[in-house]
Amino acid sequence: MELNARIPSGPLAEKWDRHRFEMKLVNPANKRKYSVIVVGTGLAGGSAAASLGELGYQVSCFCFQDSPRRAHSIAAQGGINAAKNYQNDGDSIWRLFYDTIKGGDFRAREANVYRLAQISVSIIDQCVAQGVPFAREYGGLLANRSFGGAQVSRTFYARGQTGQQLLLGCYQALERQVAAGTVRMYPRTEMLDLVLIDGAARGIVTRDLVTGKVESQVADAVILATGGYGNVFYLSTNARGSNVTATYRAYKRGAAFGNPCYTQIHPTCIPVSGDYQSKLTLMSESLRNDGRVWVPRAGGDGRPPQQIPEAERDYYLERKYPSFGNLCPRDIASRAAKEVCDEGRGVGPGGLGVYLDFGDAIGRIGEAKVAERYGNLFQMYQRITDENPYQTPMRIFPAVHYTMGGLWVDYNLMSTIPGLHVLGEANFSDHGANRLGASALMQGLADGYFIIPYTLGDYLATAKLPRVDATHPAFRAAEAEVGERARKLLGIRGQRTVDSFHRELGRLLWEHCGMARTAAGLKANLDRIPALRQEFWENVNVPGSGEELNQSLERAGRVADFLEFAELLCRDALHREESCGGHFRVEHQTPDGEALRDDQHFCYVAAWEYQGPDRVPALRREPLEFENVHLSTRSYK
Amino acid sequence: MNLTLYVWRQASAASAGRLSRYEAADLSPDMSFLELLDVVNERLTRQGEAPIAFDHDCREGICGSCGLMINGVAHGPLKATATCQLHLRSFRDGATIYIEPWRARAFPVLRDLVVDRTAFDRIIAAGGFVGVSTGSAPDANSLPVPKTDADLAMDAAQCIGCGACVAACPNASAMLFTAAKVGHLALLPQGQPERMRRALGMVQQMDAEGFGGCTWHGECMEACPKEISIDWIARLYRDYIRASATRPERVAVEVAL
Repeated sequence: MELNARIPSGPLAEKWDRHRFEMKLVNPANKRKYSVIVVGTGLAGGSAAASLGELGYQVSCFCFQDSPRRAHSIAAQGGINAAKNYQNDGDSIWRLFYDTIKGGDFRAREANVYRLAQISVSIIDQCVAQGVPFAREYGGLLANRSFGGAQVSRTFYARGQTGQQLLLGCYQALERQVAAGTVRMYPRTEMLDLVLIDGAARGIVTRDLVTGKVESQVADAVILATGGYGNVFYLSTNARGSNVTATYRAYKRGAAFGNPCYTQIHPTCIPVSGDYQSKLTLMSESLRNDGRVWVPRAGGDGRPPQQIPEAERDYYLERKYPSFGNLCPRDIASRAAKEVCDEGRGVGPGGLGVYLDFGDAIGRIGEAKVAERYGNLFQMYQRITDENPYQTPMRIFPAVHYTMGGLWVDYNLMSTIPGLHVLGEANFSDHGANRLGASALMQGLADGYFIIPYTLGDYLATAKLPRVDATHPAFRAAEAEVGERARKLLGIRGQRTVDSFHRELGRLLWEHCGMARTAAGLKANLDRIPALRQEFWENVNVPGSGEELNQSLERAGRVADFLEFAELLCRDALHREESCGGHFRVEHQTPDGEALRDDQHFCYVAAWEYQGPDRVPALRREPLEFENVHLSTRSYK
Repeated sequence: MNLTLYVWRQASAASAGRLSRYEAADLSPDMSFLELLDVVNERLTRQGEAPIAFDHDCREGICGSCGLMINGVAHGPLKATATCQLHLRSFRDGATIYIEPWRARAFPVLRDLVVDRTAFDRIIAAGGFVGVSTGSAPDANSLPVPKTDADLAMDAAQCIGCGACVAACPNASAMLFTAAKVGHLALLPQGQPERMRRALGMVQQMDAEGFGGCTWHGECMEACPKEISIDWIARLYRDYIRASATRPERVAVEVAL
């Protein structure tokens, strides 16, 4: 397999313009003759489906939730970045580009990231025009706040519900196209396989989650916008339904998987409270604008936080990273929290927590102002923990939040399978080894609103696609495989529930492939995961039948894929003998415990190619060439 | 803590349902209500029984997937709280809890506690948007919006589309849901060009879906996890009446289109 990133030639700032001119167009009257499948209705999928529908393509759009409005983008809290420089504080496209490249620890493609920064300004325009109620100043213009990894205020927000408001804007645009007849929406429908004909993606096999009906969906191109795989860890901030199935099954059909080991562990989440825990809840990074992170100076200090005097507190982020302080990037803040907890200075049950304290902010700007900025987050915290954060500092701990890895795509967002495009968190492209806060929403919408409408046209205008329908043997065979797999899962009738396997898998990954990874731990996982997978296929209990609404069967299929994918994740983490961004290998650190990159040997994208069941996947390397930025050691000190 | 649960079980849309009794023991008060159902389901699965089907996804009160009638109250006893954000500490040890799906003609039960809420999507498709295609937007700061209007619009825009307002309403009206979207967009300059046709189109769709009318009970506002006020319904009436009275022909033609 050849990895051709298809990066346009010419100076960085002109690449996208030039490429847009060079791409082929589909005549407006011909667009309705092309059909496109979009899987997933988050910011990337929803914006893509709506925009392609507006252009006149026949779009079929799928989501497993009961409505496209429920995709997990809805839960993003803090904001969306854009290089508008409305605050006159020195922002520019170049600065957003540079911050994102540096934030990603120099493991992302320059050309993609520059394009992202260029497009960021149009996204805000589009969303405002849709009626997204962003926060505003008294003069009526848009407000901004700062976010981790940046020293300018470029984050646009709608209280603590920015993802919700952006997604509703995009969902409304999508429903407008549903009404116009250009988009057909299939809610409660899960993609279970990708179908290739003559080497190109020509459709998917789906299961209707209400009736159980397995069906083929045929199209001229397929777009996956199915989000990240954070739930491989079982406990994460992802929604319970978020899964790797669509991208993993595309991988098994030949799409290379890029950098699976780049996972983001978010520093500010509510700590685990018990064994029954089903998910972890994020507290927006924006809280670090006004909240100060600290632990007691001495280990084993059991006093309530209010009784610990100022001199006996360690504001460790401000101490270690004076120039960025509490606003240092996520990977650094998470690792620092782990470090102080490992030293025995963690707070709360089990010592797995640090304080996020608003005492100073309340003193400085008053409780009312704090409530205006973060009210809904404080309310959520109180509801979950039964503690009042206006009076006692929040307790937070890192949790799995986002996955920078994903299916490998070229500059056109096309995977190694012609016709299969991948958008948003599901692709690997823009965040390198660590994503900065407020950049996920930006990327999802850039991909869906402003990139795929152009690049898909180029593909359709140039590809030679024979007419096919669902009676084609490739569709028949894929349907049969999907049916057979469900029958197999339902026929095992073993002793253990699906969730018990998922929890066990999650523990293995959190333990050995979480915030700190070692070769020994990863090797142990590579032995234990196949054994767990084998037990799953012999001993899982999936009640009910395939011809009904069966949530156990849905979960079983997803966990079966996680059990395979986890091995790929650990394999990638083991091969990457360096520390970068969210990937921290204990063997590779500076004397003061910071990540130690190895640009000489690992300045590449690792793209894994499936070789068949129980065979080691092949590693393909896409070298990363930095022509415009200097590879430096990331410092936030 | 221990709880006795009576849960609505219904195999499919076509079959009859009934309440089944389950004992749930050794629970933690810090457990969420959905985690309680997880625990019961794990046990049912081990016993070879069908687990209870219920909708849920983000479990942090924003996606709007979950929604249960708990002792006859939409989303249970805690104000301004979706089911997933409700914890067992809101119940007393040894309590008996009745758990049912949303009940409304426009929300048919699909299985157990899962209902079909696609009617909400169709109400949005009938006008709950600003008709601006990708790429045609002016600069974001070209139209100033008074902060008070933007904040008020955000109050309405927070609706998570869970359907609690419908479930709580004696008429199973979707008026609060519809009004929140109409009101959100009516407050912003971007929403003005389609303001009248939006109000008419969405209300007509709401009626066509089989939701009841509003008779001002206010139950919707009490049940709403985002505390969306019934005032929005008054604003919707204003727009609806204005649209019907001032430009009926033009609006009728536009809606038909």
